[in-house]
Amino acid sequence: MTRLLNNKAIPVILFLALALVPLYSSVFDDRFVLLFATRILILALAALSLDFILGLGAMVSFGHAAYLGLGAYAVGILAAHDIWDAWISFPVAILVSAIFAAITGAISLKTRGVYFIMITLAFGQMAYYTATSLSAYGGDDGLTMWGRSEFFGTDLFANDTSFYLLVLAILLGAYALLKRIAASRFGRVLKGARQNEARLHALGIDPFGYRLAAFVIAGVLAGIAGALMANQTEFVSPAYMSWHRSGELIVMVVLGGLGYLHGAILGAIAYLMLEEVLSGYTQHWRLIFGPLLILVVLYARGGILGLIKGRAK
Amino acid sequence: MSATLLAVQTLNGLQLGVLLFLIAAGLTLVFGVMDFINLAHGVQYMLGAYLAVAGYQLTGSFWLALLFALIVSLLAGLALEFLIFRHLYDRDHLDQVLATFGVIIFLNEAVKVIWGAAPLSLPIPAAFDGSFQLMDNLRYPIYRIALIGSGLGVALLLYVLVTRTRIGMLVRAGATNPDMVAALGVNIRRLFMIVFGFGTMLAGFAGIMAAPILSVEPGMGDNLLILAFVVIVIGGIGSIRGAFIAALIIGLVDTLGRSMTTDIARLLLPPAAANDVGPAIASMLIYILMAAVLFFRPSGLFPVTRS
Amino acid sequence: MKKVLSALAASTILCSASAASADSLKIGFLATLSGPPAVLGQHMRDGFLLGVKENDGKLGGLETEVLVVDDELKPDAALTKVQGLLERDKVDMMAGVVFSNVMMAVYKPVIQSETIFVGANSGPSPIAGKGCSPYFFSTSWQNDQNHEVMGKHATQQGYGKVVVMAPNYQAGKDAIAGFKRHYEGEVADEIYTKLGQLDFSAELARIADAKPDAIFTFMPGGMGVNLVKQYDQAGLKGEIPFLSAFTVDETTLPATQNTAVGLFAGAQWASNLDNPANAKFVADFKAEYGYAPSLYAAQGYDAARLIDGALEKTGGDKSKDALMAALKTAPFESVRGDFKFNNNQFPVQDFYLVKAVSKDGAFVTEAVEKVFDDKTDAYAGKCRM
Repeated sequence: MTRLLNNKAIPVILFLALALVPLYSSVFDDRFVLLFATRILILALAALSLDFILGLGAMVSFGHAAYLGLGAYAVGILAAHDIWDAWISFPVAILVSAIFAAITGAISLKTRGVYFIMITLAFGQMAYYTATSLSAYGGDDGLTMWGRSEFFGTDLFANDTSFYLLVLAILLGAYALLKRIAASRFGRVLKGARQNEARLHALGIDPFGYRLAAFVIAGVLAGIAGALMANQTEFVSPAYMSWHRSGELIVMVVLGGLGYLHGAILGAIAYLMLEEVLSGYTQHWRLIFGPLLILVVLYARGGILGLIKGRAK
Repeated sequence: MSATLLAVQTLNGLQLGVLLFLIAAGLTLVFGVMDFINLAHGVQYMLGAYLAVAGYQLTGSFWLALLFALIVSLLAGLALEFLIFRHLYDRDHLDQVLATFGVIIFLNEAVKVIWGAAPLSLPIPAAFDGSFQLMDNLRYPIYRIALIGSGLGVALLLYVLVTRTRIGMLVRAGATNPDMVAALGVNIRRLFMIVFGFGTMLAGFAGIMAAPILSVEPGMGDNLLILAFVVIVIGGIGSIRGAFIAALIIGLVDTLGRSMTTDIARLLLPPAAANDVGPAIASMLIYILMAAVLFFRPSGLFPVTRS
Repeated sequence: MKKVLSALAASTILCSASAASADSLKIGFLATLSGPPAVLGQHMRDGFLLGVKENDGKLGGLETEVLVVDDELKPDAALTKVQGLLERDKVDMMAGVVFSNVMMAVYKPVIQSETIFVGANSGPSPIAGKGCSPYFFSTSWQNDQNHEVMGKHATQQGYGKVVVMAPNYQAGKDAIAGFKRHYEGEVADEIYTKLGQLDFSAELARIADAKPDAIFTFMPGGMGVNLVKQYDQAGLKGEIPFLSAFTVDETTLPATQNTAVGLFAGAQWASNLDNPANAKFVADFKAEYGYAPSLYAAQGYDAARLIDGALEKTGGDKSKDALMAALKTAPFESVRGDFKFNNNQFPVQDFYLVKAVSKDGAFVTEAVEKVFDDKTDAYAGKCRM
């Protein structure tokens, strides 16, 4: 009973705290906190989607940042052609991400282990190089968006607070959806495939279809994160898709604690805040950050969630 | 493209392949034997290059610098193994990725703090200084021949070590079934340490050999790391033979591809579009190649099976 | 969670502890200080900080605090950092920026917040043209210009056939476009290489095969080091003249050394420009930092001196209208001599053919001849200011 409470308490506290950020921002007149938190939540959404396939399904995708780019470019390119309606650009972002995930997933999921890592990296790089070759849309200089997506004439996207709450709502929705799926038969097949694939085959279940579906869901959610990111920065660039970014997402997921979904959100918060705080102290913050990461891996198994649960015992 | 140019580009492709092999050999050895993903291989390569520059500044001789850099690379690698990596052999790949990623972050910053951010270089040793006429206007540095020679030499050395010596036999056995090898009384820890040390030295050696022709700067190993992984994945992890063949293939595809894709694009598209599409495809070629290989052979060309 | 929030609050308070007052000046300086191109940001930053230090840490009589921020060449991360500088640290102005993709990401928010922005390197065409703003001042150049110098020089030398080579990214494409604008001969081949490419053997073979009268290239940073070294090793150096911009300068010369000596480049500044401000700059820079300054350092230095001069002119008045009017008159002695602003607030300046030489044990660039006098950029006409 206590363990159940423990498991449920963390995400509840997390989302409550996140919901209070706009209040904090207006009370302390600190707009930057709100802007920074928006960026954190968007990357947390991408990390969350990665945890779904990585933590649950052991699919280590090293090209996940590609979806951030795809979603962002969908919004950016439409904006360049003067199409601002979110009811058009977001579904386009979703569709493009889904198609890319379906095709690359179908090919990648034939492989395992480090081969899977490398082939997802390859597809991520292909997306990256394609984006840099789009001279018409700025190439690697990027594309400036002179405005944000529009939602039926409201300033849902343009207003800092409402945008933050929108992102939080999407994050919460994605979390609830993925948690649901994880608890369902679909999720059990994924976990079973991770633990003992032979046994699953013996039961007559081929995990390929399930894995592919999970891969597409994760890609779509990351694509939505990308569309949000384009709105937040009002700028689209191939840098959103670099393999460095994919690596950072993996670090966020593992840092938070694999497989619990809210761990990925914690990981994103921790990673970005650590970066921000450390870089404020010294220009050579990486000399601290690198060993810190190593120490976390060596001694804090299960990441941040592992640390919290360890204390709770 | 004329026949001469084609021949020259083929030579360039093979030379790039040999350099890639030098870098990938240590990586596939460590990964194959110890099932350890060492992302820090790239910074070990970088460290070798920086140590060579430092050694040269101390001694003024390329050969002494080579010796100095090899020894210190080995020591640094062993220190990393002792402090960090040996605790990770039993952990899953993701933990290894994260920890070695931390090493990359740290070392890239450390070399910048110690040697500065500006690129450095190492002069070509006098023994290999000079070039011969390859075609009109173009000379081929003798040093690059030395580079090819050293790559082939390393390939031969590894072949002899792994197939003809007792320790090579232990390495091969340890790669396929480490528990059995340990049960047979072999100190598997010491074996792993030796293999890792050797892998580190190979990375450092590649860095030292590359320093006279390439710029020595922080982050120089990062893009090469990706390439090295592409090589060992196409070749099949754990297979030195696979790494050698894959490296040559990639060297050729990349070099010839670079020359040809834009030309082909210009035949099919208007110049502005061709200048966009051609180089983009050239950059993607090795990834397309890797995806294609993995589609037909999901474990690479010469996979080593573990039991 | 609570710990996290309080840490965030603490860092917020810590950072805005020294809020700008009327007698002090806070400048946010954004540069790329990590990764392989870090050396460029370092030169630019060191130049800027030297300019501040020479006035006892004051610009225009105001106590100046420079917040140096690393953009890590990540446009979205740079944006967050700039937002921090504007919202949390409440800087009076922004300065710096090495790379164009970062510039394109941060330009709009800085301008929209009506904050003065002194660019010390990147000068993308949209900012010089249609997207120009009264808040933006450049102490460097417009991206195409240094390449235009080589185009003109190639024409003047009578090179009928040229091969051009640049990395496959926007700045590379701008470089080739800039070269072609003033080159009247035949461009035999346009070679686009991979960003971060290490080995140019294939490209060099192609160049040798094409037998051009000269090559023009734009290969910044480590790529340039590799290319120059390999160009020499392949025996092409004495055979085919090597024209470049941003490839052979004091950021790469320490690595290329003798292999670069004798190569020509186009720049708006060189270490031997004959004016007192420059002599002082080069001497002070070497004394302070122990290495030879490049054009990036000169641009950073000029940015600091521009701000100083403008604030002197307003008598320490930081108010935007007064300051912008003062800045526009460029009331300072630039290290490159002639300097004034065009309608788009980009410099009108002279450009030189420079050559890499070995001098007093160091490798530096020296101006050989003036190629353009009082040059404006090609996009000023599109700016409606």
